[in-house]
Order: sequence, then structure tokens, then C-alpha cells
Amino acid sequence: MKRIGIDVGGTNTDAVLIDGETILSSIKVPTTQDVMSGVKAALAHVSGFVGPTDRPIDAVMIGTTHFTNAVVERARLERVAAIRIALPTGRSLPPMCDWPDDLRAGVDPMIFMVHGGHEYDGSPLVPMIPDEIREAAMKIRDAGITSVAISATFSPLTTDCEVVAAEIVRSVIPDAKITLSHTLGRIGLLERENVALLNAALQSLGRTTVQAFSDALREAGVTAPFYLTQNDGTVALADVAAANPVHSFASGPTNSMRGAAFLTGLTDGMVVDVGGTTSDIGCLVGGFPREANNIVHIGGVRTLFRMPDLLPIALGGGTIIDPDTGKIGPRSVGYRILSEARVFGGNTLTTSDIAVAAGLIEMGDRDRVKDLDPALVKASLERIRAMVTDSFDQMKTSADNVALIAVGGGAFLIPDRIAGASDVLRVENAGVANALGAAMAQVSGEVDRVFSGLSRDEALAKAETEAQDAAVASGASRESLKTLEVEDIPIAYLPGGARRVRVRVIGDIAFT
Amino acid sequence: MLQEFAEENIEPLATGAWILGTGGGGNPYLSTLNLRRLYAEGRRVQLMDPMALADDDMVAVVSNMGAPLVGQERLGDPAHLARAVEVMEDYLGKPFRAIMSVEIGGSNALSSFLAAAMLGRPVVNADAMGRAYPEAQMTSFAIGNLPMFPLSLVDVRDNEVIVTRAASWKWMERISRKVCTEVGSTAATCKAPRTGREVKDWGIHYTVTKAVELGRAVIEARARHDDPVKAVLDHEGGKQLFRGKVIDVARETTGGFLRGTTLIEGIDADKGARMELGFQNEWAVALRDGHPVAMTPDLICLLDTVSGSAIGTESVRYGQRVTVVALPAPALLTSPAGIAAVGPRAFGYDIDFTSVFS
Repeated sequence: MKRIGIDVGGTNTDAVLIDGETILSSIKVPTTQDVMSGVKAALAHVSGFVGPTDRPIDAVMIGTTHFTNAVVERARLERVAAIRIALPTGRSLPPMCDWPDDLRAGVDPMIFMVHGGHEYDGSPLVPMIPDEIREAAMKIRDAGITSVAISATFSPLTTDCEVVAAEIVRSVIPDAKITLSHTLGRIGLLERENVALLNAALQSLGRTTVQAFSDALREAGVTAPFYLTQNDGTVALADVAAANPVHSFASGPTNSMRGAAFLTGLTDGMVVDVGGTTSDIGCLVGGFPREANNIVHIGGVRTLFRMPDLLPIALGGGTIIDPDTGKIGPRSVGYRILSEARVFGGNTLTTSDIAVAAGLIEMGDRDRVKDLDPALVKASLERIRAMVTDSFDQMKTSADNVALIAVGGGAFLIPDRIAGASDVLRVENAGVANALGAAMAQVSGEVDRVFSGLSRDEALAKAETEAQDAAVASGASRESLKTLEVEDIPIAYLPGGARRVRVRVIGDIAFT
Repeated sequence: MLQEFAEENIEPLATGAWILGTGGGGNPYLSTLNLRRLYAEGRRVQLMDPMALADDDMVAVVSNMGAPLVGQERLGDPAHLARAVEVMEDYLGKPFRAIMSVEIGGSNALSSFLAAAMLGRPVVNADAMGRAYPEAQMTSFAIGNLPMFPLSLVDVRDNEVIVTRAASWKWMERISRKVCTEVGSTAATCKAPRTGREVKDWGIHYTVTKAVELGRAVIEARARHDDPVKAVLDHEGGKQLFRGKVIDVARETTGGFLRGTTLIEGIDADKGARMELGFQNEWAVALRDGHPVAMTPDLICLLDTVSGSAIGTESVRYGQRVTVVALPAPALLTSPAGIAAVGPRAFGYDIDFTSVFS
């Protein structure tokens, strides 16, 4: 199967063309201000390797930082309305009550709290009142808002209230873009609602971005279906992904981990992706990033949803070293490394300068660091080793030695030997690991909810079936499905042996 | 003696209370949000010295009862805690002079503040546990053999229940737990009212100040890039029991408790050793290579080694870098009556209580 993988990062846009597992072509171009001209350039290059008589491209997978950047920059967000179905509970903590002021101002929300919602066993909290929702919808319509986030208590268990409310809103605002919290988040109303609201604020950007990619593909003469890569290392059809931009928030680190897995052939191990300012350490399980099962802050907003478990380290190629104390970071020269690092003619001592002085890599002008005190170089390398070793150990899943794969532009900073690592692997084509990771992506399905009145085995089996159905609905072929993660936690103070079960399955894309 | 509880003390109170929760009591995040919003509306809470209570003053003892997970969906509202107090006042036919929390550990440390801010009453600088425990009979008032009734319970749907009598603290726990479960496993409660005399004799005093100062010590240590775990130990006269990495967590629910064990593999000075923490909502016992080294009622706290933040029994997970510390228990809890109520045998561990600090 012939695929193109594209990864739009903050600095570079990478693209690869692969056939099966063979790389036919790859390219790295700077990410442009308008983003799309970089994408077009990369696309034109790799698609040029498909001749007129060759089998055409089957699929295009794109990973992008568009959506994360919008939240972090508080830009390109749209006005949203929140409808929370939870009264009489939660009145004192309305939607967005814990958002940073500037982000809240950026989405200028209209907020409605109405009666309804569910209990932990799925029964109604109180009856929902359709007129309350209709009234809210009319106010939303009159304000000219078209993006609406709907949340209800315990909606991951019982979706009824959110689904019915969506129908009512749509009857009033036919072109409404509606995000239902249960489709994105987990137990934890405020965090799930936050995810839904972020998603709602990105609806227009999601559509324009996908449209722009679509135009770029058409210009390059590519007619294959295209997908956006997701936080969990899988892909979703672009039109589906456009409706859920939050699922693309962490696609960069995820793609790099998937690419590292592909390039080394390892399915289990650790990956460190060293950038200019920070590094991320993650854990590969069965070829996929391990998921975080805890609160993840995005642009200052607490969220709880499908995100990779990443440990950031304040260590990158541009990290500043104090020549007097030897202290490393946390500040970095960032993208200014090509003018500020000593080897590139600047006056700031960075980790890259130390690496050049130690002979770990050749770049810039080595003469400019030849006078560095060897003791400082040695001590700095030891400090870097200690930082990496500590974070690596923290993220490990067992006491056994595991392999560490170093990727990213600053991978040369990672020492060859690290305590607890069976091996430190470096890969060729590491520069396009992200694009490769995108190209290799599969489709997943996940269930995370509370089951009661079932035995543990019954609950696990039921969850697995539901996860499989979800994967197939997202475009996976049923025969290829395998279960990636199973986790269950019994819940205190609830009767009926209630337990929260999370199951994730994964499979290949079903081509029809 | 009243003193205004300053807004900048809210965060330290939450941080300290979460540590004193010894793994249970629920994360105070949502309660903190609620209290901040009440302060933003201009409401203020006065903190009252327990010794300033007159013998015949009436004190309301409040708590949110139920499963912490339900509280993450059915978000708690200060209005309902206030309502539980009012229901009790109506029943008693006399007003409360002040309000206190049943436990200073976890989310309920802020329950008294939420009710107090709504009702314009002071909060007594005391609680009935000095930490967190899961059940009604595990309070200093139960240890003191004080009356366990009446109790008011308020549900968001206008269901209000008063348990007028109960045969024992355990019966009160059973009956009120049943009602709580029936209304969705979360409810605001006002426990058996206390007189000023009873609070002075049997309350665990100055625990609000203790939690605030502990929290502040941790926050300041973080800001100075000092060791926050050391700040906890120094502030409380605690002992570090173990430092390591979580390598296994096993959980099950039986009898309404979240029970289980957490296994920690030692690093640094504890390299080569293992510590097992047994929990029943809260951390109950700590075994080093199979031998008990700390047990309830001594406070066993699991802290994030870097941040000094407390880690709960519901949120502990594989790979976390942790330090286990023991903090001294209130004297009342280590008395013979205290050990009977909250010692290791009360949690099903057949071992004699030996204090880390004896």
C-alpha cells in the first residue's frame, strides 16, 4: 500500500512517501508562516515520485500542530456556547469556571445550565426539560453562535441527555457544530466539559484547515482519501478529524514515537524526542504511545482525555548553560540557535556547543568552542546524562532494562549508555520520523466507563466488544483488531461491584 | 476570638489538607474552586479559636459524604452544605454559633468553610480526626463516647433526611451510608451537633492552622527550589520512612472501602528494599520488606518526591517517584480508646499498634 505521511511541526514540515514499509522519498522543508505553502512544497516533492503509470497513492496521513498552537496563542478561536445538563447539581461551578481569563475572553462564551443528567448507574438525575434547552438554543442562535458544546453528568455512562439535547439544538440551529462531551472525555465533568469546549472553539479552524489540506492535495494531483493523525498514534478520516480537533493536540510527539517504533522495529521501549527547547520522554507499548490517565493541562486548561503520557524535560539543543555555575537550563535560545549558539557565531553557551566541543556532533565552527574548559564540558555532559537517566527511569514501566530510542534534532545529546537502558538506539531517517509515524498510523477504538452489576470478567468482555465496535465505526477492519490496553479500577462507596473499565483496541484501516 | 481567614490561605489550606488526608478524603480541587468563587463574590470566613466557644454554644459538624468519583460528576455546591446546617437548626430549634469540618484531611477540610461562607458563621479551628478516616465511628467524638445523633442529610433534589436516633456510631454510619447511596452516593451532611464544651474537650484543635501552615511550608519550599518533602517533615516533626518508585498497585472494593496495596521499590538510601502500603481509602499500614514499620493512627503520607504534593490511593500509579513519610497522630487517637476505634485492628490488620514516634 502506498501512503504519504506529512508532519507539520513548529519548525519543519516533513513528508515521506512509502510503499508497504519501503521509503520511496522523503523531504524536510521549513514550516512557512502560512503553513500551507510548506505543505504544498513537501507534497509536490514526494508525490512527484509517483509516475503516471504507477499505482496511485492509497492514502495521505497528515499530522499538524495547528490546533494546539491556536489554543496556546489564544488565536483563531471561535465564539462558543456551553450547555451543561446537570442542574440541580454544579450550579456553583459553571462551565469554564477554571479557565485562564485570557483564553476565556478569546472564546467569549455564552453559558447555560439546565436540568437533567444521569447518576452513576445511568438512571436520570432529574428529568431533562426540553423547553430549557430550546430556550438556550434560541438565545445561542440569536447571538449568532454556531459552535455548541453540550455536557451532562455521567454522560460517558449514559449518552441520552447529550444526544437528545443535540437534536433539540439542531432543530433550532440547523447548521450548528455540536460537540458532545461523552464523545471526547472521561469521568470528571469539569475536565470533560473543558475538552468539549476547547473542541467547540476550534470548529471553524478544523474545517478551514482540512479544506486547505484538501486543496493542497488536489493541487498536487493526489486524489487519495486523507486522514489526520490523532493523539493516540492512530488516524481518523479528515472530515471526522475536523470535527474533533482536540484529538490532534499531541500528534507531533505521538508521530515521532510511532516513527521511532517503525524505524527500529521495536514495539516496546522508551522514546526520547529531543527538540530545541525541551525533550519529551514517552513509552511505547505494542508500538503505540502509552496513554496518560491523569489530568493534562492544555493552554492552562485542565483536561482528561485521550493523550499520550509524556514527561517533558527542560533539555534541548538550544538549552542555555551558565558557564560560571555549569547550570543547565531551563531557558533555551530556541529557534535562535542558528545565530546565538557559540558554534554558530553567537555568544550564548548552549548544550549544542558542549556537544560539538565533546565531538558528539559536527556542526557550525568547532574552533569557536575549542577554548572551553574540558572540565566544564565533562561536567555538563554528566549533568545531561543525569537529567535523561532520571526522567527515563521515571517513565519506565518495569525494573527490567529497556531500550531507549533517541530521535529529534537534538538526539546527539542523549548519551550512549544510560543506567536502566538495555540499549540507546539511534536511527537513520530520524529527521523524518514524525512523517513516517504519520504514514504508518492505524485506527483505534476506546471505551472508558463504569460498569455495575456485572462480574469483572463480564465487564471486561463487554468493554472490549464496545471498543471493537467503536474502532470499526472509525474505519478499522474488524479482522485486524487487537486489544492494546485493558485497565480496571473498582470504585469506592458504590454498590453493585461498580468498576471503571478502560479498553483500547487497534486495527488496520479498512479500505473499501 | 475571631480572625478573618485570608484569601491567600485558601491554596495552602487545600495543599496541607490533601497531605493530611493520608491518601483519602478526596482531592480538594473542586472545593477550592468553590471557596475561591465565594471569596470572589465578597464573602469572607472568620476563623474561631475553639477555646473561645462558650460551653453551651452549638457547633455544626459538616461533611460531604459519598464516593469521590461521584463528586467529580455531581459537582458539590456550597448551598447544599449550608442547607444541611439549616435543616439541623430547624430540627434543633436553636442556631449554631459556628461550623467545623468532621475531618481536616482532603476535600472536607473546606466543607466547613463553604457552609460558613454561605451562612455568615465562623469556622472553628478544629476537626474530629486530625486527618481523614472513612467512617463515622472513627472520630474523636466517637472515641469520646459522645451522642452520635441526630444527623441531617441533604440531596440536591430537595430530599432531606434526619436520622433522629441511632443505637451506636456504627449504626449511624450504616444508616446514613445507606441513605447516601440511595440518593446517588453523594450528599451533604450535618453530623451530630456538638456543644462548645464537647468541642473543647474532644475536638482535635487548631488543625485548620496546622493544615494552612503545612501547605504554606510546601508551597514556599517549591518556590525556593528547596526540598518540599523535607519541608513537610520539618514542619510536622515527621519521619521519612522510604523513598522509591511505585512498581505495583492493586485495588479492590469490599464493604464500601477502596482497599488494596501499593508496592514501592527503594532508591537512594532505600535501594534494595521494598515498601508495601496497605490502604482502605486512606493509607493504613506501611511494611518494609514484610515488617510493619508504620500504621494507623500515625499519619502515613505518600508524597511526590519532587513536588511534595500528596498522592491519593485512587490516583497512585505505576512509575511515580514517591517518598513515604509518617507524621505524628493527635494524642487522642493513640490513647487506648483511640487505638480501639482507629488502630490497625479497626482496619482488619492483626497487629499491635506501635508508633513510629514512640
